[in-house]
Amino acid sequence: MASSLLSLASASPSASLSSHGISKGKLNLGNTSLCFNKEKTNPFIKTKSFGRISMVITSNVSRFEGITMAPPDPILGVSEAFKADNHELKLNLGVGAYRTEELQPYVLNVVKKADKLLLERGENREYLPIEGLAAFNKVTAELLFGADNPVIKQQRVATVQGLSGTGSLRLAAALIERYFPGAKVLISSPTWGNHKNIFNDARVPWSEYRYYDPKTVGLDFEGMIADIKAAPEGSFILLHGCAHNPTGIDPTPEQWGIIADVIQEKNHIPFFDIAYQGFASGSLDTDAASVRMFVARGMEVIAAQSYSKNLGLYAERIGAINVVCSSPDAASRVKSQLKRIARPMYSNPPVHGARIVANVVGDPALFKEWNVEMEMMAGRIKNVRQKLFDSLSSKDKSGKDWSFVLKQIGMFSFTGLNKAQCDNMTNKWHVYMTKDGRISLAGLSLAKCEYLADAIIDSYHNVG
Amino acid sequence: MMIMWRYLRRGMSTSTRVRALRRSWWDHVTPAPKDPINAVTEAFLADPCPYKINLGVGAYRDDDGKPVVLQCVREAEGKIAATNFLESTCAAISSKLVEESAKLVYGEDSDVIKEGRFAGVQALSGTGACRLFAEFQRRFYPDSRIYMPDPTWSNHHNIWRDAQVPIRTFHYYHPDSKGLNFVALMDDVKNAPNGSFFLLHPCAHNPTGVDPSDEQWQEISSLFKVKNHFPFFDMAYQGFASGDLERDARAIRIFLDDGHLIGCAQSFAKNMALYGHRVGCLSLLCDDKIQAVAIKSQLQQIASTIYGSPPIHGMLAVSKILSDPDIKAIWLKEVKVYFSSFSFLFHSLFTSIFIITCIRTIGLMHLLIISTCYKDMATRVQRMRATLKEALEKLGSPLNWQPITNQVGMFCFSGLTPDEVDRLAKEFHVYMTYDGRISMAGVTTKNVDYLASAIHEVTAFDQDGKILHTVCA
Repeated sequence: MASSLLSLASASPSASLSSHGISKGKLNLGNTSLCFNKEKTNPFIKTKSFGRISMVITSNVSRFEGITMAPPDPILGVSEAFKADNHELKLNLGVGAYRTEELQPYVLNVVKKADKLLLERGENREYLPIEGLAAFNKVTAELLFGADNPVIKQQRVATVQGLSGTGSLRLAAALIERYFPGAKVLISSPTWGNHKNIFNDARVPWSEYRYYDPKTVGLDFEGMIADIKAAPEGSFILLHGCAHNPTGIDPTPEQWGIIADVIQEKNHIPFFDIAYQGFASGSLDTDAASVRMFVARGMEVIAAQSYSKNLGLYAERIGAINVVCSSPDAASRVKSQLKRIARPMYSNPPVHGARIVANVVGDPALFKEWNVEMEMMAGRIKNVRQKLFDSLSSKDKSGKDWSFVLKQIGMFSFTGLNKAQCDNMTNKWHVYMTKDGRISLAGLSLAKCEYLADAIIDSYHNVG
Repeated sequence: MMIMWRYLRRGMSTSTRVRALRRSWWDHVTPAPKDPINAVTEAFLADPCPYKINLGVGAYRDDDGKPVVLQCVREAEGKIAATNFLESTCAAISSKLVEESAKLVYGEDSDVIKEGRFAGVQALSGTGACRLFAEFQRRFYPDSRIYMPDPTWSNHHNIWRDAQVPIRTFHYYHPDSKGLNFVALMDDVKNAPNGSFFLLHPCAHNPTGVDPSDEQWQEISSLFKVKNHFPFFDMAYQGFASGDLERDARAIRIFLDDGHLIGCAQSFAKNMALYGHRVGCLSLLCDDKIQAVAIKSQLQQIASTIYGSPPIHGMLAVSKILSDPDIKAIWLKEVKVYFSSFSFLFHSLFTSIFIITCIRTIGLMHLLIISTCYKDMATRVQRMRATLKEALEKLGSPLNWQPITNQVGMFCFSGLTPDEVDRLAKEFHVYMTYDGRISMAGVTTKNVDYLASAIHEVTAFDQDGKILHTVCA
């Protein structure tokens, strides 16, 4: 018995894990094949080796002994590092959460009013149906496609409330995995970091299409079109409806037309992620133009929405997945399958955020007020862009063209800084940003633009 | 799929191919079968009959058949409406909630809590907690299966199936005795391969209402030790089985004492009447704090691609109730104190604010609010069980209805056949799931007599008025 235990200890890493189990008194060799034979190919489990076996009997060893720490989220990790910093001039340009000029979180007035209305009505907290609040589903589709859109009138849109953008994307990913096994999703290079994770966890294969051109700090349009053309027919093309994250670079209306042409030609399915409706131009309608153009061409379209940014409802987790189909029958079937996917994820979505959105978007007075607040928020960001550009242009004598700051759209700006330069931003200047060079202008005040300009100029010119 | 599509295209003429190109991408998507539990509610809602009864979904109703809203929850929401909160506050509140949730399950004074030997994350109610665990199980034990009781909540099957973990069942309910099939259960536990994952209902089994006794739990726990099985508890009804939160956690405490490192999904949908807010918790017991941190990070990563972070509203409401003095006062008025020991604690809590400011206070108060409000809800359900049984017996029903009062929790496994369930819906406008599960929370003093006569009609006589059953023991 002892000799067989010892021989296990000197065998492969998989066996050494089981010897650890034995040394803690489990004496259960039957365990090994069940538990540990996959850890060589499983990236989540780290193998251990043990110098010697101890025969100390202790209480149960955890089944999850070999589990390693997950890597910190690159975006949220920035905020954590920022919090830990005590420097008085520190600046958080990491996560895309809107802040006022005083760099405080902002609760929209319309949200406050809607909350009050809900309280007065004293609504119960009963389960929503799996597909979410009907009133919310109605207004969210109307907001995106336009209330008079034929696709809505003809009941050709399957809309299901989702847990913000993430949850809505995950529902769509699961639908793709189930009904288009093997079909690929094409995502822009770069794109929001969590897109890849969502498709990976949903077991949907993905590849990238060229998007950002570092030379121009603009759109690599030819590369984008070529890569979309080269994709296998019937691929899903993930597009940011407006205010591309992280680059802030959006196609022009003409370019959108050509993108739609190519997608139709190759029988691809356009898959929009609209997380910033209103934040690009300040107008909710204008920012939906790209999606509406595709729909107007009679294309079947998937569109994920989020109200985290434009209504400031980050923590309520409110969004939606919409699938525009060519017939009401298809829409109804697709909706039923989305529900079937949602039920074993969370049964039914949280009610509060849905009620707020339904009240704000569904009430004409509140909706009008929202439009005004939206313009104000987007306006503040535009002002900050202008001030930053002015500061950079006046302080930097090298003649570098900083106009991309003005051309880029939405909350984010891709500065073109590399990782070492970003580290300098943080280490020397206490400016926190993601390592891909993205800054969130929503976290920048007019007062801090000059300081930021100094930091960027220093990092760009003086660091490798 | 694409090969099929190309094949279809080749077989068509040009004009049909052009038409076909415009056909939907979604032609091959069939309508999903209706969720068996929600379908009951949908049918109920569509029924215009004024005296219809919904015994489908397990959501608590008061004696008027209305959903319950705790006043203190309402007040809490008033205070938190449009609060300016920072992301850091959310994280802190979430951690607090996880800690309080863990105390409910493992015990206020548990070493596990004191030493931080658990990985806990807030989850989207019970469903979300189970799904997180199922995904976690698949990721770290890709070859494992899950053993579930037969029967179990129907969504358990969906959850582990969608997480791609194969499912096996173990014997649980004995249809003849309408009780626990303990011998077969133990056999199945013994025959499962060592180190298997088991899903257990710690109290108020859904859908049967049949729970093992303490002695039986002890035997199960001992056998689990021998077999080195992993016990995963789905705790959706803590407080609803006996009216006592601590009592309802007995099964888990037994396993804890035996040294098992368990996993537990908790739901606050029922016991805080916060159904639509989706508040719950997943916890896994660990060797030590370091491992707890690692496992928590993995759970958060799994959650990050399903929904990102959990919704804040419900979490804030609970937290507000516990920390705001005005709302505490309202809650105090609302709540009936049944136990003299609790009464003493009330006085000392409110007269020594400066002394009792630590976590222990909040924990006790949390227990108090839930247990006292809970006692009302659990008592009403127990009373309805007795009333329904009496009504059936008074009607001269030849069947044995003892199981109604033997079973615990929100649900009663009535033994009604699918045909009888159908008749109840069509002829009597009484709605329940096809397995004959009755949600006792939907039974009120106003509808219990009607319900009894409806059940008597479909069980004592068939449609032609012939007697169906002979008197049985």
